[in-house]
Amino acid sequence: MHRIAIVGGGTGGTVLANRLASELRTEIEAGEVEVRLITAGPYHVYRLSRPSASGLDPEAVHKPTFLYVPFGKKTVDDAKRPIEELIDRRVTLTIEEVTGVDTERNRLSFADRTTSLHYDQLVLATGANLEPEAVPGLAEGGHHFYGPDGAERLRDELADFTEGHLVLSVVGVPHMCPAAPVEFPLMVDDWLRERGRREDVEITYTYPINRAHGLESVADWATDLFDERDVSLETFFNVGEVDPDAELIETVEGNELEYDLLVATPPHRGSDLVTDAGLGEDGWADVDRHTLEATAAEDVYAIGDVADVPTSKAGSVAHYEAGVVADRIASRARGETPTATYDGKTACFLEAGMDEATFIEFTYGEEPYVREPSKPLHWAKLGYNESYWLTARGVL
Amino acid sequence: MTDARNPDVTIDSRDASCPGPLMDLIGKVKGLDAGTVVELQTTERNSTTDVPEWLEEAGHDLVDIEERDEYWSIYLEVN
Repeated sequence: MHRIAIVGGGTGGTVLANRLASELRTEIEAGEVEVRLITAGPYHVYRLSRPSASGLDPEAVHKPTFLYVPFGKKTVDDAKRPIEELIDRRVTLTIEEVTGVDTERNRLSFADRTTSLHYDQLVLATGANLEPEAVPGLAEGGHHFYGPDGAERLRDELADFTEGHLVLSVVGVPHMCPAAPVEFPLMVDDWLRERGRREDVEITYTYPINRAHGLESVADWATDLFDERDVSLETFFNVGEVDPDAELIETVEGNELEYDLLVATPPHRGSDLVTDAGLGEDGWADVDRHTLEATAAEDVYAIGDVADVPTSKAGSVAHYEAGVVADRIASRARGETPTATYDGKTACFLEAGMDEATFIEFTYGEEPYVREPSKPLHWAKLGYNESYWLTARGVL
Repeated sequence: MTDARNPDVTIDSRDASCPGPLMDLIGKVKGLDAGTVVELQTTERNSTTDVPEWLEEAGHDLVDIEERDEYWSIYLEVN
């Protein structure tokens, strides 16, 4: 039997498992191939929310939904589904924490059992993890919308925020949902105006390099809108420390900024599994950017946020990568030479407020063109968010 | 000062896309002592303008920029 193991039940992992179940359905039903998706409960390494009240049923999380929770447009329940609902019946689902990868013997070890699992092909889809503790004071002094708890806490804070200085600070690059930091100040501007509070609130957006975003065209687009809507922009702003008592941000460049409400894009890190297995420093897996094969081990791939490729950590990337890796793995499982490659295709909606959005797509080496925001593109994004669960099933 | 051709720390950011090399540098510099000479290797032309700008903003010294066959080496001293 040819054993395919996928570690991580986020976008990349679920789409990949379902694609493989479809492409290899004949071989799976003949007992020649096993596709196993391994995902865990509420551990920091994985992109799952807490188990449901029963303690069973780990849930898949659609993180872009969290951007809407602070504005009361979505609830955290909208971002969750029991993962069993999303997974093709031909996929073997294992709910366990993987604690180690032995790439020389092709084995996975687990937290709760002494036996290890052999794989013929392994895919790491363990995602990106928040690391606010990397910056002193950030966890205590800042809010975020990258998870259910943070998003709900921010919603409650915003509901009572009637005046003062609101700062959106990108504290680390890379980070997941690459457009979200730019979207947030535009959305909060609109939201506050709707509630008649905007005049008493100062909004500042900060970014670590010399423009508003890593992608130049997105930076230009955002800067124009910030000017138009009276959002202050601070660049070369690398947060070194947050003083929660003084409500003060201190930067590596030697500057200070006072805040009343700090919303941060926290530093992110990859997976300890990757570091410990020697597959990449800092937890991001070194891969060939076209084949997504690990550079330091055979029979291993990485997809999604944990893969160190020169494009954004966006859900669409995980989706497209999953398609390529599914084709490559299916070819090898059949004894054929894989030919599919990933060209860096990335697609992103960008909210320009509460009811207008735009869209970019690009491949490796390309600079995206940002279209004029419009209501139809806003509704397209909401429509995509609603149909996301079909995407995870591999249908779209 | 250490000879720029023998840096204390080399950061290999070749094949990282913009703003990766600058972010790699910023992340690494935080933990270095004053006087450390760093070489940043980058395939991004943007780095040859972004990095000097950031060094000036952050108060570090640009030592040299050398164009090699397939990448640039940017040398700086940490203050």
